[in-house]
Amino acid sequence: MRKTLMTAALGAMMAAGPALADLVVVDTSYRTGPYAANGIPFSDGYQDYFTLINERDGGVGGEKIKVIECETGYNTEKGVECYEATKGEGALLYQPLSTGITYQLIPKATSDGISLHTMGYGRTSAKNGAVFKNVFNYPANYWDGASHAITHILNENGGDISGRKIALVYHNSAYGKEPIRTLEELSKKHGFELMLLPVDHPGQEQKSQWLQIRREKPDNVIMWGWGVMNQVAIQEAVNIRFPMDQFIGIWWSGSENDVKSAGAKANGYKALTFHNLGSDYPLYDDMAKYVVEAGKAAGAGDQVGSVLYNRGMYAAMLAVEAMRTAQEIAGTSAINAAQMRDGMEALEITEAKMAGLGLPGFGPEFKVSCENHGGDGMGAVSQWNAEKGEFELITDYYQSDQEVINALVAEDSASYAAENGIEPSCN
Amino acid sequence: MPEQLVFAMEVFLNGLMAGVLYALVALGFVLIYKASGIFNYAQGVMALFAALTLVGIMDGQVPFSHLINAVFGTEIHHFGWHLPALLAIVLTMVVMIALAWLVNHFVFRHLVNQEPIILFMASIGLAYFLEGMGDIMWGADIKKLDVGLPQGINSAIDEITFGIFDYGFFIDNLDIVATGIAALLVVGLVIFAQYTKQGRAMRAVADDHQAALSVGISLNYIWVMVWSLAGFVALVAGIVWGTKSGVQFSLSLIALKALPVLMLGGFTSIPGAIVGGLIIGVGEKLFEFAIGPMIGGATENWFAYVLALIFLVFRPQGLFGEKIIERV
Repeated sequence: MRKTLMTAALGAMMAAGPALADLVVVDTSYRTGPYAANGIPFSDGYQDYFTLINERDGGVGGEKIKVIECETGYNTEKGVECYEATKGEGALLYQPLSTGITYQLIPKATSDGISLHTMGYGRTSAKNGAVFKNVFNYPANYWDGASHAITHILNENGGDISGRKIALVYHNSAYGKEPIRTLEELSKKHGFELMLLPVDHPGQEQKSQWLQIRREKPDNVIMWGWGVMNQVAIQEAVNIRFPMDQFIGIWWSGSENDVKSAGAKANGYKALTFHNLGSDYPLYDDMAKYVVEAGKAAGAGDQVGSVLYNRGMYAAMLAVEAMRTAQEIAGTSAINAAQMRDGMEALEITEAKMAGLGLPGFGPEFKVSCENHGGDGMGAVSQWNAEKGEFELITDYYQSDQEVINALVAEDSASYAAENGIEPSCN
Repeated sequence: MPEQLVFAMEVFLNGLMAGVLYALVALGFVLIYKASGIFNYAQGVMALFAALTLVGIMDGQVPFSHLINAVFGTEIHHFGWHLPALLAIVLTMVVMIALAWLVNHFVFRHLVNQEPIILFMASIGLAYFLEGMGDIMWGADIKKLDVGLPQGINSAIDEITFGIFDYGFFIDNLDIVATGIAALLVVGLVIFAQYTKQGRAMRAVADDHQAALSVGISLNYIWVMVWSLAGFVALVAGIVWGTKSGVQFSLSLIALKALPVLMLGGFTSIPGAIVGGLIIGVGEKLFEFAIGPMIGGATENWFAYVLALIFLVFRPQGLFGEKIIERV
């Protein structure tokens, strides 16, 4: 009897062993609700990449990746519930895809020693790793985006935009207000006039803002929107015949979803990006073979290659590379959340590494450090080609105005540290 | 004429047009509230469901295709047709009538004589159910809706006003069409309610369920008819709003725009929904134009409610609502 019990216990331990060693990531997705059209392709790309790594490579360093999906509906309270419900599963990191959820999770995750990766969203000053130990926002953040837009306008105008009028149409929320400070600083530096036009959630009615744009005739419009706000803004811009090539959206206003409802007249609309577009990469052959055709795709497999699918996939790729780095540093494949954090802080993405993954030139090169959790602020501009039905990159990657942004990051993170009694340190 | 006054006139006209769009949503609420005393929380979702169904039928999308494919391993997505808009609208209306019957048969028929809050809670449940059903049936992607409604600046108005004021007014062609549709809808509904047997029966049910039953009016029939009418209004609202922004799940949030209109116009008056919509539309747009820039903008959402509350102070039942007097 005793022998039987011991055998059973040993069997149970063996069965439980690999499960415990799984590399757990949580996909706080939103496949339902008003933002589902954006949440679905991101989540599909995110999960499909992990599936590919499991199916093709047997996981990372021999450890399978376990993805726990938790539906948030893009609701901050539900996002926090998801975090609380899943953190005990051994989660290595969270990528909430919501600035609201990110703000709520920063103190919780820091206290729990679990890392957040808020790629192109969240709290911008989290770039300062000396203050935000567990928050990473590489390869680019909102303030980089604001600077990328202005740099693009500078480049289009021979380096002189003094006297130009630039309007910011933004979602009237913490997310939408993020670029204002940066744009104000850049306005002082370059001498352009900044017009601020907030749009209330959800953004279905923007007549007032676009009538004002029609009256005051800004030379350029920058948009910080999400969801229906983007589609309505682009349609209103078409309606008032605002030149599309002078209209630039942040990367969250630059997916196929945002332009298709406006039809052919949206042609020429520009959007920022911090990764490449389309599916013309060797990795997509493997994605088709091991994931989509094998019936293991997270969704219907109809989003592959779309802007937001690529972004989700890129987020997963960066997570996997951080896992590899963490495994190298820790000397074990079964890493924990603290070791994952160390891996993220030592992450280096090079062109050789991306080419090796089957994604040559897919994103900018960058190196993370304690002082810099946000990468080098590289971004590019894409433009909607309505005839082809796709966004195309029209610039190389270029760096944001580090002089302005680093000063703002230092100021805001110092303020956060003072409010929360944090002693900035990289030791 | 001072430039600011000219701009204010343009804003005023656009406010009227926006008000008509809000009224289109509010009308559906009024119809159901009048006939059954239910504040139909699901009205916004009905507009979404109707628009999703319309696009799905037009484009020949197979309903539940993701579910069917996932269960049976098939790869079916489309029937391969593209139907004319008018036929698709008729078929969508058939679906909305079927929905009205189902809603009455499975939900509200069993809740006769229940407290209003119970009926309201049931409509919340219906909203979530319909939203999920719409998602499973037609998918969550954003769909372009093109039933041939014109969009963009009206060149004639632009040129005429330019000739008069040296500044061309922007009026969206879609808004002009929506105004015409709303006018026809209101006239049609008023004629229906006043001059048809079914309309009079509807009003009788609205006045007193039991008295209506005692003279042989079928409550079930009237309620199915009213929910069908609300479904039709939802379809019209879904078409106009869906043309503006594409058909997507945030369409259900247009109900938020109808609430201040209902508070102001009254929950029981069809003309009240229109007048309320116009006052809210003009009020919020002019406030945003005149005061918005001084206080940081984005005033429209909250100002609509402030305006409605101001009216409520003087007319608690709304401008056209029925005064309810309960004697003990």
